[in-house]
Amino acid sequence: MSTLAIQTHASQTTRFEKNAATREPNWVKYLLLGISLSFFALFLLLPLIAVFTEALRKGLETYWLAFTDADALSSIALTLTAALISVPLNLVFGVAAAWAITKFEFRGKQILITFIDLPFSISPVIVGLSLVLVFGVHGWFGEWLVANDVKVIFALPGIVLATIFVTFPFVARELIPLMQAQGKEEEEAAIVLGAKGWQNFWYVTLPNIKWGLLYGVILCNARAMGEFGAVSVVSGHIRGETNTLPLHVEILYNEYNFSAAFAVASLLALLALLTLVIKSYVEHKISKRTNG
Amino acid sequence: MSINVKNIHKRFDEFTALDDISLDFPSGELVALLGPSGCGKTTLLRIIAGLEQADLGDIILDGENASNTHVRDRQVGFVFQHYALFKHMTIFDNVAFGLRMKPKAQRPSESKIREKVFSLLQLVQLDWLADRFPAQLSGGQRQRIALARALAVEPRVLLLDEPFGALDAKVRKELRRWLRKLHDELHITSIFVTHDQEEALEVADRVVLMDHGKVEQVGTPEAVYNHPQTPFVYSFLGSVNVFHGRAEQEHLQVGNEQLRHHNDSYGHAQDVFAFARPHELKIVENNHHEGVSARISRVLSFGIETKVELDGLNGTHYEVHLSQQQRQDQPLHIGQEVKLVPSALALFPKEIETLRLSEQQG
Repeated sequence: MSTLAIQTHASQTTRFEKNAATREPNWVKYLLLGISLSFFALFLLLPLIAVFTEALRKGLETYWLAFTDADALSSIALTLTAALISVPLNLVFGVAAAWAITKFEFRGKQILITFIDLPFSISPVIVGLSLVLVFGVHGWFGEWLVANDVKVIFALPGIVLATIFVTFPFVARELIPLMQAQGKEEEEAAIVLGAKGWQNFWYVTLPNIKWGLLYGVILCNARAMGEFGAVSVVSGHIRGETNTLPLHVEILYNEYNFSAAFAVASLLALLALLTLVIKSYVEHKISKRTNG
Repeated sequence: MSINVKNIHKRFDEFTALDDISLDFPSGELVALLGPSGCGKTTLLRIIAGLEQADLGDIILDGENASNTHVRDRQVGFVFQHYALFKHMTIFDNVAFGLRMKPKAQRPSESKIREKVFSLLQLVQLDWLADRFPAQLSGGQRQRIALARALAVEPRVLLLDEPFGALDAKVRKELRRWLRKLHDELHITSIFVTHDQEEALEVADRVVLMDHGKVEQVGTPEAVYNHPQTPFVYSFLGSVNVFHGRAEQEHLQVGNEQLRHHNDSYGHAQDVFAFARPHELKIVENNHHEGVSARISRVLSFGIETKVELDGLNGTHYEVHLSQQQRQDQPLHIGQEVKLVPSALALFPKEIETLRLSEQQG
């Protein structure tokens, strides 16, 4: 929602700048502008261009081959599967948590809010390691899992668990301030009019939060597909089986197969750019709703 | 439908919102709950609706105890201060909402719903706005739609929480008159909450005055205005001048000065608060044999009355209203030393009031 604040600020800044009494000297403006633009070019734009030029260095054919390779295809499939499982689960969790926090009073509310942020503050490697400690062969549930022939670590369940942990806060974080700002009045009005719990959610709450929810899901999905650290620990790097896209890039790179590595990396970069486009569209929708 | 409220108590942590409230709202009346903010009036309304649970006491709707009835089964209509319209729905869908949420067996057909919604929109004179969204409407229009939406489910009572609180003065006045007219047509038992005394007195059949979680007085607008029973009611309804003094036989001793209090004779001396409305005070010459000394600080002569503001000796302020005729007969200028003589005084023993004041602070 921060971009939203920036958009509504625009008219204020123009007024502020047009007024000689409040205007800063020009050199301040251009100095700040220069610093931020060169920073952007050096640290964001340049690497992005590098990814695509490196990827296409050996021509379109090699570029294309990098994707149609069996290992690459399986890593794409795995990444999509992991995202497809973890994003809906986090969607349900996020809505439930935001609902609980904004509509009910209970002890430990502040603790829950703090814990939702935990994945943001903890290093992904630790997440992966803790999963190995709990579900690995020598972990807490290791014996039971081996006895029942369930594979978590070095298999899809481990990757999904790691992805869920890392992408846990996105939906809830997006919804909590939104639902807090909206208050309970519309829901109260609906109850007085005879709406039952699920009717209230479906017809009143959900339409009010749908753009915020979508925004959270987009961010959640982007992170789910791009996660490296936590997944790297639990995946075991088995080619064609437990390699996600980011892990596949690493392997190709370590094998000095630069053009293929960059080709696959460019796919991830394209995903990120697509996410940004959808995100700005959704933001545009949100700002229209709140201003209109 | 009648509403009876019996011995309702409600606390929020350390704060007592409602302290043993018992009230009867007869069928078909429009009643105002009037009081300053924080007096508990909105809490009482929400408890009647079922949006809030009382700690103790019962709500009787139409003779049946409804204290444990779910909000959606109480058949009440509720109008919120900030409208609470569904922002993402058209005006039509907003009004139709209650009908569409009914269980399938009771739900009217879509064509019946359409008929009903349009008749309600005509009732609030806004049928031409059916396809708009709430954001495209003015505040006054939104509140009328909120009322139509509440009426759609044919509630047995209508509860309005500061319905005009968010509107500007001119629209408030218009809607006030309109609400009264609507009530005369529908005769649905209605309670509305307000902190605006003029609004309560103009619109309601009866007024319930509340302060600090207690009922101070109940009565018709005339009764509560003309015969206030407590110091709170006296000072809340209109402006008032207060004298602190000691009543003894026919006189009130204020400092070194004496006033006649026009009440029954006091056998023994008693400390009292004495209230006089601005038009019940006369300004007389400084050398008059009775009266309280004051100095004129401002004379405001617009409108049909002249307002005279005066400063008392010990930092008190007085306000006197004079007709234009009186004003012409009596030359007044700022800084003039005069005396004030009341034509009527309402006396309230001081013990009760100080007791109450210390209770409120504690």
